[in-house]
Amino acid sequence: MREVAIIGVGITKFGELWDASFRDLGIEAGLKAMNDANLTGSEVDGMFIGNMSSGSFIAQHHISALIADYSGMASQNVPSTRVEAAGASGGVAFRQAVMAVASGMHDIVVVGGAEKMTDVSDEAANSILDSATDQQWEAMFGATFPSLYAMIARRFMHEKIATREEIASMAVNSHAHGALNPDAQFRKAITLDTVLRSSMVSDPLTVFDCAPISDGAAAVVLCPLDAAKKYTDRPIKVTASAQASDTLALFQRNDITTFGATAAAAKRAYSSAKIKAEDISVAEVHDHFTIEGIMALQDLGLFKKGEAGKAVKDGQAAIGGKVAVNTSGGLKARGNPIGATGVAQIVEITKQLRGDADKRQVKDARYGLAHNSGGTGSTVVVSIMEAL
Amino acid sequence: MSVARHWRETPGRYNLVGTKCGNCGRIYFPRRSICPECRRASFGKMEQYMLKDHGTVFTYSVVHEASADNNNLKPYAIAMIRMDDGVLVTGQLVDVDLDKVEIGMPVRAVLRKLGDESHIATINYGYKFVPKDK
Repeated sequence: MREVAIIGVGITKFGELWDASFRDLGIEAGLKAMNDANLTGSEVDGMFIGNMSSGSFIAQHHISALIADYSGMASQNVPSTRVEAAGASGGVAFRQAVMAVASGMHDIVVVGGAEKMTDVSDEAANSILDSATDQQWEAMFGATFPSLYAMIARRFMHEKIATREEIASMAVNSHAHGALNPDAQFRKAITLDTVLRSSMVSDPLTVFDCAPISDGAAAVVLCPLDAAKKYTDRPIKVTASAQASDTLALFQRNDITTFGATAAAAKRAYSSAKIKAEDISVAEVHDHFTIEGIMALQDLGLFKKGEAGKAVKDGQAAIGGKVAVNTSGGLKARGNPIGATGVAQIVEITKQLRGDADKRQVKDARYGLAHNSGGTGSTVVVSIMEAL
Repeated sequence: MSVARHWRETPGRYNLVGTKCGNCGRIYFPRRSICPECRRASFGKMEQYMLKDHGTVFTYSVVHEASADNNNLKPYAIAMIRMDDGVLVTGQLVDVDLDKVEIGMPVRAVLRKLGDESHIATINYGYKFVPKDK
């Protein structure tokens, strides 16, 4: 297996982007990444696109061909593959590309992630998100996507793993960082009171416990590590990319205060990278809901079970804390265009490890981690990047 | 959705019929064609199994932002119920004061209307849960 490097990254602004279509967004991110990697375009020999639900959001399937076409790759017949794993679509697309380069099947691969969510009503968008759960046995019976996480939060509070305030502090942390990211959907710091007093979505979770509906796209370019210096003087090594599955429905699990797929993917990633959780200095974790972020910090081993909530509330997940978490603003403040999210996380970690993160730069970071999750932890990808 | 898609799941939806693994004895809901623990050894040995209709609230939430189908119900309680057979099942908790719902509360399953799809002239029914003594 060949070692793999990231040689270019690109991202659009995230938010309610009424003037931009799905293809506008996908192409903007891809071209920025190719430009960053100093590619003309003719070097690219493979593409993977993470996207959850273009069929439902914009009534367009076959977006692999669409993006290949409008990015000028179809004219040279570059193979393009769309990858779907709900919220983990981008992370899985990234891992597919890593495997394609590592195996020797492809040399220069562009990974894109894109979602256009605001061409439908909020109500319709939420119903589409509900389909990341078990549609037949959860959504059909009245469970919404937020309600499943609300029920996890309830167990956290009942078992005294984290308090309501500690859970809410995840959003405060993400917003503080999002305020420093010019591409973020929300660039405004908030207080704990804002989270606790905003309108209820699914008790105990409020609007500010939940990531927004967003448009946006992100892209990265991969190549074999030993060829990376031809394209950039600052390649970032992909040290590990591990994936794991769990049951589709949350009620099929005995313990809902841990996601087995996150723990399994993290274990595989640390083992493959030959490092420990303590070696990670910057992490992008999947905080579609505050409780999801707190639980991920525990399952990734970045904080012990029962301590993550308190640590976040005490500033240990802030830039300058024990581990800088969601320096981009996370899903909560950067925005969450579903298929783009997993790739946007890789973009942020790459910027951090290159020293390109401006006001939100973490000092002397060697290892960065990206945690991308689909549904209620039914598909999880954990990738580890290393500064060289 | 088509009528057939609803109709073929009626045993599970109406009567909480799941499966029991003939190899290890584990119970599953909804139905599965193989046991996730025994895998190949369970193939062809999965038997129909009707859950007992009592259980307790394992966790819950009051839903304030619902999907279009359930907009007229909100706010409503959704819960994961630990059934007496040991398995968890997700469903709505009805005929209950939303302020009185708590973890550990004994409940029983009842058959209720889940929703309707006027474009295919279908009313969907399925289990919901009520306080044990209701």
